[in-house]
Amino acid sequence: MHPESHALLATTAWWLGWFYAAVAALNAGAAVWAARRHAWLRAAAWSAWGAGLAAAAWFSLAGHPPQLPEPFKQACDDLLGPVTFTAGALGLLAVGYVLRRWLVVPAVAWLLLNVSLVWLGLSLSDAHFAAIVARPDNVPIVAMVYLLGFFTWAGTYQAVENDRRLARGQGPVEADYRDEVLVWPDVIYLELIGAILATVVLIVWSLLLRAPLEQPANPAVTPNPAKAPWYFLGLQELLVYFPPWLAGVILPALMILGLMAIPYLDFNPRGNGYYTIAQRRFAYLTFQFGFLGLWVLLILIGTFLRGPNWSFFGFYEAHDAQKMADMTNVSLAELFWVTALGRELPQVTASHGMLVELGQIAWREAPGLAALGLYYVALPWLLARTLLQGLAAKLGRTRYGVLTLLLLTMLALPLKMILVWTVHLSYVVNIPEYFFYF
Amino acid sequence: MSLRDSQIWKSIFRHPAPVDRRNRVMVILSNVFLHVHPVVLKKHALRPAYTWYMGLLAFWLFVVETVTGVLLMFYYRPTVEWAYNDILALRDVASLGVLREVHRWAAHAMVIVVWLHMYRVFLTGSYKPPREFNWCVGVMLLVATLLLSFTGYLLPWDQLSMWAVTVGSNMASAVPLLGSEGPGHQMLSAGGVDVIASGSDARYALLGARAVGEETLNRFYILHCVAIPLVAAVLISVHLWRVRKDGSISGPEEEGREARGEGREAGGEGPEARDEGREARGEGGDAGGEGLEARGEGPEAGGRW
Repeated sequence: MHPESHALLATTAWWLGWFYAAVAALNAGAAVWAARRHAWLRAAAWSAWGAGLAAAAWFSLAGHPPQLPEPFKQACDDLLGPVTFTAGALGLLAVGYVLRRWLVVPAVAWLLLNVSLVWLGLSLSDAHFAAIVARPDNVPIVAMVYLLGFFTWAGTYQAVENDRRLARGQGPVEADYRDEVLVWPDVIYLELIGAILATVVLIVWSLLLRAPLEQPANPAVTPNPAKAPWYFLGLQELLVYFPPWLAGVILPALMILGLMAIPYLDFNPRGNGYYTIAQRRFAYLTFQFGFLGLWVLLILIGTFLRGPNWSFFGFYEAHDAQKMADMTNVSLAELFWVTALGRELPQVTASHGMLVELGQIAWREAPGLAALGLYYVALPWLLARTLLQGLAAKLGRTRYGVLTLLLLTMLALPLKMILVWTVHLSYVVNIPEYFFYF
Repeated sequence: MSLRDSQIWKSIFRHPAPVDRRNRVMVILSNVFLHVHPVVLKKHALRPAYTWYMGLLAFWLFVVETVTGVLLMFYYRPTVEWAYNDILALRDVASLGVLREVHRWAAHAMVIVVWLHMYRVFLTGSYKPPREFNWCVGVMLLVATLLLSFTGYLLPWDQLSMWAVTVGSNMASAVPLLGSEGPGHQMLSAGGVDVIASGSDARYALLGARAVGEETLNRFYILHCVAIPLVAAVLISVHLWRVRKDGSISGPEEEGREARGEGREAGGEGPEARDEGREARGEGGDAGGEGLEARGEGPEAGGRW
């Protein structure tokens, strides 16, 4: 083994030991919980699993954490790329949605949690994986992934339960708790306890993990890669697919405005004040696609899988500064005029005045402009007269226009990704004369 | 004479200890910090499974950030000469050496907690009428949270912070018309000279210079410690106040709400009128308590119109 990774392993081994011990304790708790409900098979399964984890903890504390086999890591890295990761994660989300009634069963969810925790533990013994995932500023993101997983489960569990009740004509669970309590003392004490607990967690976290501090700022030394703060890494990842004015300005602005527009576009009166999926399927799926499927997923790619030169690296791959992505993309105009028609790109001359120049640019970019027009104008217009007739009538012209603009823009993200991956498209409309790229 | 009977005590707390129903109502109504709460809540609003307590946590993290931030301000000097050294000394020399850690981790936690809060609000459809506007205030608070975190990221003045802010603020030069690399910026020209250049564009306004430097550190310090917290504090006040005025924590409609439908129109000036009524009755002793209970669903019914 590399001496460098050996040193790293020595420091992570201690942490890993306590990590396995904690997971073992969790499983012991699950076993007790199952035993008290006389679910003996499950109690036995969690006990055995917990015993295995305790052994892993023992070996880790002794300096020999269990490791993943090299061929497995190699296969993972070979398989993983921007395409497979994005498509795979979106596919998993879709499968999760379809199988949600089964996945929210506590035993199933517990098993999945265990699998992910053990995978995390085993992977952390890999020096390359640990170098990225255990960076101080990335630790909160790992926590976020688990919190998101837990709360997605908690929300879906209640939605599935409520949907069953609503299908039977009963009210949602929330309606069972109609009794009123005085805010003093019940709520005030809850708030006090919550605040104290949160503070304790923060202090313990701060004692265990130092805040990162690198070398003093030096304008002469550019790090490779230079990364934005983690919550903006989704936007930085978008720069692979979109020009800066879209990825860094227009799309974030549309996200904020789009979030604010939600209550004025979602006219469905049902599902107000209780968890449900069945009563607001479209709103639910749209939000989950945008939040988990785009925002969170792109942050994870930008944080964990992008390295020097913004190249894509597998979980266990060394971040080699020599790795360069092959990024020779071509514009739609070139694809149309040169590749498809076999002609030259129409010339643009600035000497005949601005109007002539703009006309020439419009002719050169005609295919892209036509594609944009079809996508943003003709498609909503057509849908309003066919599939979405009822929706368009209900919303009125303005709100329907805003809704389709937002939805089509959201959908444009994966569409553009696919176009970049397949035909290496740079821009649909490419007007370097005016710094306009789309 | 016990302390509670003294004139000082009575001048601060204007009613006896909150041990009976009347005074448990009074303690909420007569305390400026507690009065953001309603007097009564439905039990389901207290279930952790429903709210996940993320709104409360986000608020508490803002308080933690304010307290630790003020303490850090006593020590830290936002100049190129001192910023990094002060951070080093905060870690190695200063007493309470984890202050910066608490501040930084609470900032990360706040971003995550705000997302989880919004996630919960969406999943329970709580942005629906009558709470549309408060959702928008919440989105503004999300933006404030991200900007607070982003401006604070620069202050340690190490390689991590400087280059992260460089990458982030480069986007400002791509703003249409107003960024020196944004689409159409050459259209703004006077006598053949570009009005928008790297020394006069949106990025320059943000950084105070062509690149992240001394001026930027000062700007981000003021934004981080004064400007954005003030905006956030105002927005938080509006947000919490509207939670109450829009009918408290969301919940399923009650059966028979239709029957009370007329009640909505009747309550034209609804919330305000009721609030006065609440206080008046609060003083009215026991009757006040019952009155509040009877009006438990009031704000929701009347809040819409």
